Amino acid sequence: MSALISVEGLSKKYRIGSARPTTLRESLVSAITFARLRSRTREETIWALRDVSFSIELGEIVGIIGRNGAGKSTLLKVLSKITHPTSGEVNVGGRVAAILEVGTGFHPELTGMENIYLNGSILGMTKKEVDRKLDAIIEFSGVERFINTPIKRYSSGMRLRLGFAVAAHLDSEILVVDEVLAVGDAAFQKKCLATMGDLRTRARTVLFVSHNLAAVENLCRRCIWIDGGQVRMDGETHHVIKAYMDTMVGGAQDHADLDNPESRRGNGKIRFRSVGFLSPEGIAQRVIRAGDPVVIRLHYAVRDPVSHPSLGFRMYTDMGTLVTETSTWHHGINIPLLEAGEGYIDLEIDCLNLMPAKYALSLWATDDSGAVVYDNIECGVTLEVETANIYQSGKDLDSRCGVMFFPQRWNLSGTKRFGRDLQLDARECEPLPR
Amino acid sequence: MKMESVKELWRYRELLYFFAWRDIKVRYRQAAFGAAWAVIQPLLTMIIFSLLFGRVAHIDTGNVPYPIFVFCGLLPWTYVSGVLGFASLSLVSNEPLLTKVYFPRVFLPFGSVLAGLLDFLIGSILLVGLMFYYHVRAGWFLLLIPFVVLAMVLLTAGVSMVAAALSVRYRDVRYALPFLIQVWMFATPIVYPVAVIPERFRPILALNPCWGIVVGLRACLFRGLPFDFRLMGVSLAIAMMVFVLGAFYFRKAEKSFADVI
Repeated sequence: MSALISVEGLSKKYRIGSARPTTLRESLVSAITFARLRSRTREETIWALRDVSFSIELGEIVGIIGRNGAGKSTLLKVLSKITHPTSGEVNVGGRVAAILEVGTGFHPELTGMENIYLNGSILGMTKKEVDRKLDAIIEFSGVERFINTPIKRYSSGMRLRLGFAVAAHLDSEILVVDEVLAVGDAAFQKKCLATMGDLRTRARTVLFVSHNLAAVENLCRRCIWIDGGQVRMDGETHHVIKAYMDTMVGGAQDHADLDNPESRRGNGKIRFRSVGFLSPEGIAQRVIRAGDPVVIRLHYAVRDPVSHPSLGFRMYTDMGTLVTETSTWHHGINIPLLEAGEGYIDLEIDCLNLMPAKYALSLWATDDSGAVVYDNIECGVTLEVETANIYQSGKDLDSRCGVMFFPQRWNLSGTKRFGRDLQLDARECEPLPR
Repeated sequence: MKMESVKELWRYRELLYFFAWRDIKVRYRQAAFGAAWAVIQPLLTMIIFSLLFGRVAHIDTGNVPYPIFVFCGLLPWTYVSGVLGFASLSLVSNEPLLTKVYFPRVFLPFGSVLAGLLDFLIGSILLVGLMFYYHVRAGWFLLLIPFVVLAMVLLTAGVSMVAAALSVRYRDVRYALPFLIQVWMFATPIVYPVAVIPERFRPILALNPCWGIVVGLRACLFRGLPFDFRLMGVSLAIAMMVFVLGAFYFRKAEKSFADVI
């Protein structure tokens, strides 16, 4: 059978920089003075996609993964006809509904009900379709009570739920979904994932872009990894994700240099220089044993003095699940001023109760509102946690037992079998000496 | 290709209605007078113009009372200029839609074109009332009104497409357009009758399709005025041409909307 979606040698070029005239006056002036000819040569271009080819059959659910800026979103935009390719062919044999954002086209002055019709219509539903599904949409959204209130009075969470409720009821042959699940509270995310799972049973063809690798693995049998605008790997999801994470999580290091990470964002007022893992005594560690105390030292360089910054990191498993995020902001710590120059801050962890595995750290430094990003490095640092005799039982534990363990003990005093109380103590975590 | 895009427009036709409906719904939300503005605005303009040009400047409009003469010119003009104002910003102000969803882009300016017809209709009812009030009688030419309205809508849609597409790339449109609209208004016999223009300039000015629309509308409504078929034909032809050229330009420009907006 022929493919439902076939992409042949697809490329998309973007101009960057301000070489292109943006106002009519500039455009007229440059037309008269031939400045345009000169500026053309200075013009910088980037290939968001370069020679991408693949095909997707009816009923397939395909995950698309890759770093920020790898070209995933551009690919979805080309597939859904939002933007046109620079070269190459895209053939799509069916109606495409693209959800690149939830609640696109909501008008704040209109009520929830009116917005359901408007949004549904923008996404390609007919009025009859919306009529038929109206009750289900309203119920799914959980905003029944406010359905006749203008949505400018809604909380952002309510708007989100309403938007997803409409999107979840789309009935087109091909569904293209981008990162919608990255937002909302845990309960809502769960609901969204469940809906995505339902799509599988409805025999739709779905393309699903996400940073949530666990969700991708859960939903998609096939996965395409986009890297630098090209298809790096295309195949069975588990293999692709494994290979992808291997590039994110490199070999073991006692400290990681961050002078040239592959994906870095931010304005550079603060730059992370390196990350070190130390014992409480201050000795650099290559690997940390599960349950040991550890000091995570973030070295940074500050260009100009920065007031009220927040520094922190997110830790991921090798399957991309977020283990934890912590920062000075989360602890309510106010840093009045970071002087120009180099320095470091330490995060002292009394007991690293992670199961043995490799973990990736994404570092970030922002202003206190989080609006201005000074530095952001996705998964630039690897923390290797070594197996240890965690429960003093001689049993090896690894990532098959999960991500983390609690300081714990079993208490068998409620059983009759042993004549006396029996306690199996886990190795207690001792607080760090200050 | 051609056929495919026509099919697509048809499949999305309800969206056009929804965009127009949204424009209308939102326009007078949270306004104390609500939709009454659709009546108050043209009435006030008519009164001001009547005082200014009718009483003070003593512009001679023959048998037709000045207030109804100027209202008859303002009615199509308000439509053209009002729609143009909304439509030229329709793409820019819906940027998230252009970058996040696919749908026939042309429906955004067309939504304004369609929504404007409601105000036009309200104004028309007002005009009928004024005609009774001033005892102005219409003749058989009344039956030609659909052609006048057709020329008006085609012209507006054509210019709207160009203005909307241009403003995606050049934000200058937002500032230049109100000025151009003003010049256009004075180049159209709205506040003055054609008679005040020297004969030799008329053929050139008649290339402005609004000229034929305004003159044509008056001829339809006021018995005794001659209907200039040749003028109306030229205006209709130019309006069609503007529409077709506008559509071509829009089709060409829309490919890069999401990238340059």
